[in-house]
Amino acid sequence: MNKFAKQLLPFCSLIFIFLLFAVLEPDSFLTKENLLRNVLNRSSVNMIMAAGMTFVIITAGIDLSVGTMMGMCGMVGAWAMLSFSGATWEQISTASNVDLSGGAIFGGILVSIFVGALVGALNGTLITRLKLAPFIVTLGAMSIFKGISLLMNDGKPMPVSSFSVLDTGEILNIPVSVILMVVVLLAAGFVLKYTRFGRYTYAIGSSVETAFHAGVNVNRVLVCVYSLTGALVGLAAMITTSRASSAQPTAGLALELDIIAAVIIGGCSPSGGRGSIVGTIIGTLLIGFLRNGLTLCGISTNWQLVAVGLIIILAVAADQLATRREA
Amino acid sequence: MPVPTYSLRMEHISKSFGPVQALKDVTFAARPGTVHALCGENGAGKSTLMKVLSGVHMADAGRIHLHEEPQAFTKPSEAIEAGISMLYQELDLAEHMKVYENVFLGREIMSAIPFRIDAPAMIRQTRELCEQYGFRLDPEAPISSLTPGECQLVELLKALMRNARVIVMDEPTSSLSEGEARTLFGIVRELRERGLTIIYISHRMEEVMDLADDISVLRDGEVVCSDRRENMNVDDVVRHMVGRELKDYYPARDVEVGDVCLEVNGLSSEEGVEEVSFEVRKGEVVGMAGLVGAGRSELARALFGVVRPSAGSIRFGGRELNIKHPSDAIRQGMALLTEDRKRTGLCAGLPCGWNITLPNYERIGMKTLLKLAKERELCEQLGSKVKVKWEGPDAPANSLSGGNQQKLLVARWLMADAEFIIFDEPTRGIDVGAKKEVYTIINELAFQGKAQLIISSELPELFGICDRILVMRRGRIVGNFVTAETSPEKVMHAAAVEDNGL
Ligand SMILES: Nc1ncnc2c1ncn2[C@@H]1O[C@H](COP(=O)(O)OP(=O)(O)OP(=O)(O)O)[C@@H](O)[C@H]1O
Ligand SMILES: [Mg+2]
Repeated sequence: MNKFAKQLLPFCSLIFIFLLFAVLEPDSFLTKENLLRNVLNRSSVNMIMAAGMTFVIITAGIDLSVGTMMGMCGMVGAWAMLSFSGATWEQISTASNVDLSGGAIFGGILVSIFVGALVGALNGTLITRLKLAPFIVTLGAMSIFKGISLLMNDGKPMPVSSFSVLDTGEILNIPVSVILMVVVLLAAGFVLKYTRFGRYTYAIGSSVETAFHAGVNVNRVLVCVYSLTGALVGLAAMITTSRASSAQPTAGLALELDIIAAVIIGGCSPSGGRGSIVGTIIGTLLIGFLRNGLTLCGISTNWQLVAVGLIIILAVAADQLATRREA
Repeated sequence: MPVPTYSLRMEHISKSFGPVQALKDVTFAARPGTVHALCGENGAGKSTLMKVLSGVHMADAGRIHLHEEPQAFTKPSEAIEAGISMLYQELDLAEHMKVYENVFLGREIMSAIPFRIDAPAMIRQTRELCEQYGFRLDPEAPISSLTPGECQLVELLKALMRNARVIVMDEPTSSLSEGEARTLFGIVRELRERGLTIIYISHRMEEVMDLADDISVLRDGEVVCSDRRENMNVDDVVRHMVGRELKDYYPARDVEVGDVCLEVNGLSSEEGVEEVSFEVRKGEVVGMAGLVGAGRSELARALFGVVRPSAGSIRFGGRELNIKHPSDAIRQGMALLTEDRKRTGLCAGLPCGWNITLPNYERIGMKTLLKLAKERELCEQLGSKVKVKWEGPDAPANSLSGGNQQKLLVARWLMADAEFIIFDEPTRGIDVGAKKEVYTIINELAFQGKAQLIISSELPELFGICDRILVMRRGRIVGNFVTAETSPEKVMHAAAVEDNGL
């Protein structure tokens, strides 16, 4: 079975789910407003984070900390915006409204991305230097980030009401967040396919020992991969913050599940060496449609969790069956 | 002549992988109490035929009879149940487990207490079996502490414990030293005496001629010859395999040796290399003989920066080198083809082309960005240079036969265009024709003035292609012979003395 056929399965599932809801809820599901605003635009946060996660999972790693990292980056970014605008600690902690300058907003976004990249690099460094399993390191980090987010303002959100550019901002009638998403996806796809770094990512996932013996600086590549993921989480955090007009310390909680699920559904192998950005896009859209469609059908978010879980297991099982038959 | 009764008959077996027809209407029969050798070039379909027999692959067509009873295996466990055991080309034991745990893997003896396995009973039975066949093995030793030869014995124990009547050995000696191989031959003969059928796949013709009672030759997925050993000689077998005469096996060596390229002084490493000193000149091919575990691969690892040397110096191209990582070695112009292609050689699931270019992006001018079309072209060129049998650079490396995977690695290091190349068992698992091609490549590299170090457990090979042969024992260099002035006996003696025979 070739690469194309491997992608076919998730793609068909995507079409199937799309058609299913188009039939079940034609009036609400099949509207431009719903598809663009609710699914595509909503998915942009997940897409951006999943793009990074794709790299991580291709190296046979995992990053469980992306959800709470997003909350933390949002808090730090919002705090930076407020500080850059000259707000006092008093004003920040009492959640009083502060006018943000354009420069402060831009600075805050950069800080958020930088903090994400930094803690991602820390994850990567712990994994490579201490030779700890990515699962363990990022599980620990997940808890640490959550703690820090809550500590930053005693568990209270940080309002940044005039930070709306990543929410309602548009360029040529296209939402800025969608533009960011497209840029990130194109860049990630390009890096994976057309750069040496991308090849190293696959090689490490396929066989670390082989990569090392072939002169790949495994540690450096892994640190970069986790750091890159962190940076994208930082960017996604700013979109979420902008949408809520405030940074929520609990933003992104349990989001890692949707992200990892999307990447795996898209055909990334958890044992490494396999996956693509196109697959990740399909996987993320699939979860996006599923959640949206189920909501429109009036099914509670609790049942949605069950549905997503089932889809993950189904996707991996189907993929394994196909791979086994081929072997 | 009485009609022979067969312990195993495979009739009209066909098997395709997508567009590749690996087996075409193959009929194959083996008699009880014999060693039946299966020969053929890389990719001829030997492993595939045996995987059909052992239930790993399902044949597209054909029948299997075991002791004249029709069988239809759909998975390996059924074949094992029926008495067919397979020792794979690439050994695969659970590394962190003990010998007896591997022998009983999946069929542990349970003790009276529920859910508890009865370890003492398993250890006892393993020990009894070892004694019965004269294996020298400690049932409680962890697999990771065993030599490849001992691992092979564990695989055999596994087979015997499952009452195998037919044992398939796919290139069992490719990772063994001479001594270990001799031990294995003794065991194979012993099994034959006990009425088992041994199907023996090997690219080493001497072994085949020595051991086999019957020989079948596969070419391009078809049986081209199947006969008694008495009726054939080496040349017949080789001719059937490659479809033509194979002459001048080892190329003529008349290379002018140049300046010193690599000079090693007092090199030691924590993996057991002890104060090794030697030099290799430009255009020189230096062989490295020794028993498995003598420290030859460990020396290669220390030279290539896989492990940091603990003492000593390496001068390369006239400069002192400080190599901390394989990437340093590669940048300086070294190459290392490792002996363990599964673990340290290949990225099995990735395309062949990616495997070739992996260490070479800087060298082919793709430091950051790749040029896919150019990469493809380069890979295709190299692929045809080493005559790898593949569907092209996009096919995954694990769809290639064992020998072709080895050729892929040769292609990788040819692309590196290194000044000093270490080949660790370069001809492991490749067929006679391909071996000759590799020898020719080594010779060409020597002509281009490359310095080469060849680690090999096949003495004839070292004698055929090397200018000089170094001998290692227990991490030290204990002999330095000019090939033309020495004999295999002298080299063997240097390698094995005081190790009482093995
Ligand atoms: N899983 C697979 N997918 C696709 N092609 C395969 C697969 N396994 C084997 N082949 C192809 O089938 C053919 C026969 O392969 P096989 O492994 O049986 O060769 P072999 O005789 O054992 O060679 P070698 O001496 O190199 O081990 C080869 O052309 C190989 O590329
Ligand atoms: Mg084979």
